[in-house]
Amino acid sequence: MFTNLMRPLACALTVSTAMVGTQALADGHAIDLSGKTVEWIIPFSETGGSAKWANFYAPLLSEELPGNPTVVVTFMPGAGSTKGANHFQGLEYDDGTTIFGSSGSTQFPFLLSDPRVRYEYGDWNVVLASGTGGVSYLPADLAGQLGDGGDATPLLGEDFIYGSQGATRLDLVPLLAWEMLGLQVEPVFGIEGRGDGRLMFERGEANIDYQTSSSFLSGVTPLVEAGTAVPWFSFGALDADGNIVRDPTFPDMPTFKEVCEATEGCATEGQAWDAWKAFFVAGFPAQKMVFLPAGAPEAAIATYTEAFNAVQARDDFAEISKARLGVYPQLTGSAAQTALSSATEVPQEAKDFVINWLSERYGVVLQ
Amino acid sequence: MEVFATALPALNDAFAMILQPHVIGYLVLGVVMGLCIGVFPGLGGIAGLSLLLPFMFGMEPVTGLALMIGMVAVVPTSDTFASVLMGIPGSSASQATVLDGFPMAKKGQAARALSAAFASSLFGGLVGAAFLTIFILAARPIVLLFQTPELLMITIFGLSMVGILAGRVALKGLVAACLGILVGTIGEGASSGALRMSTYDLPYLVDGLKLVIVGLGIFAIPEIVALLRQDKAISDRAPLGGGWMLGVKDWWANKWLSMRCSLIGVVVGVIPGLGGSVVDWIAYGHTVQTAKDKSQFGSGDVRGVIGPESSNNAKEGGGLVPTLLFGIPGSGSMAIFISAVALLGSGSIEVGPSMLKNNLNFTYAIVWLLALANVVGTIICIAASGGIARLTEIRFALLAPFLFMIISFAAFQSRQEIWDLVALFGIGLLGIMMRRFDWSRPAFLIGFVLSAPAERYTNQAYQIAASRFRRGFDEGIEYIFSPIVIVLIIITLLSVVIGLRQAKNIQAEGSVDSGSKRAPLIFLLAITGYIALTYWNSAIIPDFARMDRVFPIFVATVALVGCALLIVQMMMKPETNAIFADRELQEISANTYGLWGTLAWFASLLIASALVGFILALAGFLLLFIRFRAGKSWGYAAIYTAVGIMFICGMAATLGRDFPPGILQSVVDLPWPLT
Repeated sequence: MFTNLMRPLACALTVSTAMVGTQALADGHAIDLSGKTVEWIIPFSETGGSAKWANFYAPLLSEELPGNPTVVVTFMPGAGSTKGANHFQGLEYDDGTTIFGSSGSTQFPFLLSDPRVRYEYGDWNVVLASGTGGVSYLPADLAGQLGDGGDATPLLGEDFIYGSQGATRLDLVPLLAWEMLGLQVEPVFGIEGRGDGRLMFERGEANIDYQTSSSFLSGVTPLVEAGTAVPWFSFGALDADGNIVRDPTFPDMPTFKEVCEATEGCATEGQAWDAWKAFFVAGFPAQKMVFLPAGAPEAAIATYTEAFNAVQARDDFAEISKARLGVYPQLTGSAAQTALSSATEVPQEAKDFVINWLSERYGVVLQ
Repeated sequence: MEVFATALPALNDAFAMILQPHVIGYLVLGVVMGLCIGVFPGLGGIAGLSLLLPFMFGMEPVTGLALMIGMVAVVPTSDTFASVLMGIPGSSASQATVLDGFPMAKKGQAARALSAAFASSLFGGLVGAAFLTIFILAARPIVLLFQTPELLMITIFGLSMVGILAGRVALKGLVAACLGILVGTIGEGASSGALRMSTYDLPYLVDGLKLVIVGLGIFAIPEIVALLRQDKAISDRAPLGGGWMLGVKDWWANKWLSMRCSLIGVVVGVIPGLGGSVVDWIAYGHTVQTAKDKSQFGSGDVRGVIGPESSNNAKEGGGLVPTLLFGIPGSGSMAIFISAVALLGSGSIEVGPSMLKNNLNFTYAIVWLLALANVVGTIICIAASGGIARLTEIRFALLAPFLFMIISFAAFQSRQEIWDLVALFGIGLLGIMMRRFDWSRPAFLIGFVLSAPAERYTNQAYQIAASRFRRGFDEGIEYIFSPIVIVLIIITLLSVVIGLRQAKNIQAEGSVDSGSKRAPLIFLLAITGYIALTYWNSAIIPDFARMDRVFPIFVATVALVGCALLIVQMMMKPETNAIFADRELQEISANTYGLWGTLAWFASLLIASALVGFILALAGFLLLFIRFRAGKSWGYAAIYTAVGIMFICGMAATLGRDFPPGILQSVVDLPWPLT
């Protein structure tokens, strides 16, 4: 049943490239935003990956929207992004000057029926879905002990410390992955952003960490060059058939799937694997999405879709986005719609498995 | 020497980049914009930088940097105006400046206090830049030495400043600090997400209270209300001669103090995670501890201004280290700064670990642009201080409505909900009572500011240490008692001992007479009641979230013991004892108006905002207040109101902000600014 689910997303990924530059807009139906200010709500603080992503797109979007409105990124952190999302849920479409940027950390509480969630993805109108990946890395001495193909067996006796933002956040994906490999990882909660987690790793207090692709590129690559950090595995990317393959941004790194196969006791099938993959798909290949509020008319959706298409059609887009976002699909139109569905519709068994695991392993009770 | 071989050419490059007419021009532009925004309490650099961000894309890197840095650098300089003139802590950087700056303004020495503050700011900024130029090359390994136990110890050191600021009755100071910490724990626990003194039905409290609101409520509102009740000007005597030159001389006389506090500022600013919120308290504490004559602190000692002000600009420089070297911002404005730098270089300059290696010249350009912005900003501020200081001679009934307008607007920026105003009013009431019964408000604020880091680092250090001990006893001990931790423990102990010995001489908020027993006892019982409630509320947090339970339980226990001792003392001691301090009796002759009548004006502004939205409520409030309370004619009141509303709308429009809506707005669609 998982393969069935992957297929639409996989199609979406293929279609995405074709979508760039297509005219989604009938003439004369665009909304005019001249002289206006578009507020782009990001439900996180200024330090995270979402901030980087929005700050990357904001000026480009401003150039491509009709009337060249000023695009301002507003940060509304709180309650693990559910606060900003709840706020956005309360808004009604007015003149197209408010957009919302969600992230995996907004999707997960929604999937896990967090009591704070008062928003419904189905009400919103997606205009962009950006994928990303993630990389898990180790200090050089521990990485040196890894077996062939990243086999985790030699590290089973190690006490791992990980600076975590919370087990119900995106951290769920690496935590579950490490647990499947048999590692003893103790998360230290209360970290304010993944940047603080990296600092904890640099100080030698944490000895395992993960970063999303863009943060890995800017923050960890210098450590890798200095020899203090060694990448272990990437979470991978999805191919056209919904299989996990190597991440195109990190083609030389094994994926978690490969490492899991190389490690005795880690299975790439069964309940745990299915749940991991479902949450990976919900959290990474369509991690960050841009929405217009409930009730947005076709013209507004088309205008934004068109603008995001135009951004990606820029001659220098490949070059400037590679350094800032990594090489990941940026989906618009129906491809974004499909990505949204696969990111927010996770099978009940996977949800049950994760909810149960969270309560048994971390004592996290949602409700 | 190898250091100089890399540093000098880069430094040379940096100056070549900076010293171009158009770069300096943008810097001055940034400084002027920063001053305009920074003068208003609670807005600060974040609002200003967000404003600039859209224009950054495609700008030449150096000019863009100049514009931005000009804006960030002057905020800790310009917020001194609010701290000194109105007793309003403009940002976390100038909390401690209020303690002596505002009493000086009351004594007619506003211009002197301001210019001493600006001279110190300038000096601090330059010392910071000079220190950084060398230090930044060696900073990385040193910053990494500060692990969680070290961060915890610095936080505790910051908390130990309560000892000095506790006031005449040390126990009251302790309880006040604990109360501040407990107010800081309101909301979702950082560790397991358990709710403390809040519920999902009232989402406002889940995220806790913000510093802007607590700072304004605890310091600004009590002072404004007190002044308003006396119905005079802020300054109760004619301005002293000498003006701003006197302040500069004061600074020169204390240049070594200023130097020491600047270094404290840089060093604490360098450490990521504390965000500089403790810097000014540590500097103030140091100032008091090293001063020979301590009798004037709290009632207008110029050294109490020089210390914190020297440190807070130096801190901005220090804060660049974690920002540039690790890509971890020390404050909100630094976070936006990171984003903006990324926009500027179109990705070629990436703030973070590679910055020093690849862009050392840019790093230096940033450091020295910051210093230069300080110079420009200070010159403008000193030039303006004589004129602006005259605000203290205006009859306060005419100034107060305007201040309330600004404070409400600033508070509303915290979360953009009507609850911001409710919280402001509630904390303000607490502040008024604490002022009246001589409970140390600085101690409360220190507790509040350090509550989150204290809890976070305690939990994290405990967890990591436990893991180290599992690996081996030696490794655990080595982790907890590193040389830095031991040094910090010694400093903290010394500071507490010295502080307690001297606390009786230092009356951070002036002397207060004692009066009857009843009112102080009722207030103490109310506080005890709240703390007991917090204790019970934490105790019912279930076991799986115990990490969120331990800290508030511990603090509440300490506070309850303190309260119990205070109650016993109150029963034993006579009415004249300092424990029964009651400012109401002391000021009874000076007060023209009652407390509740004055508060009712502001309560009505709040209630009217909830009904018809902020702008309509404000218009009514300004008009009626000026007409009836200030006793001016209807025409005067109408003009005052029109100017006030135009001003606030202009500011909101520039910053792209809205106003709190009321019930009316949920029924009828109104055009901006009435929305």
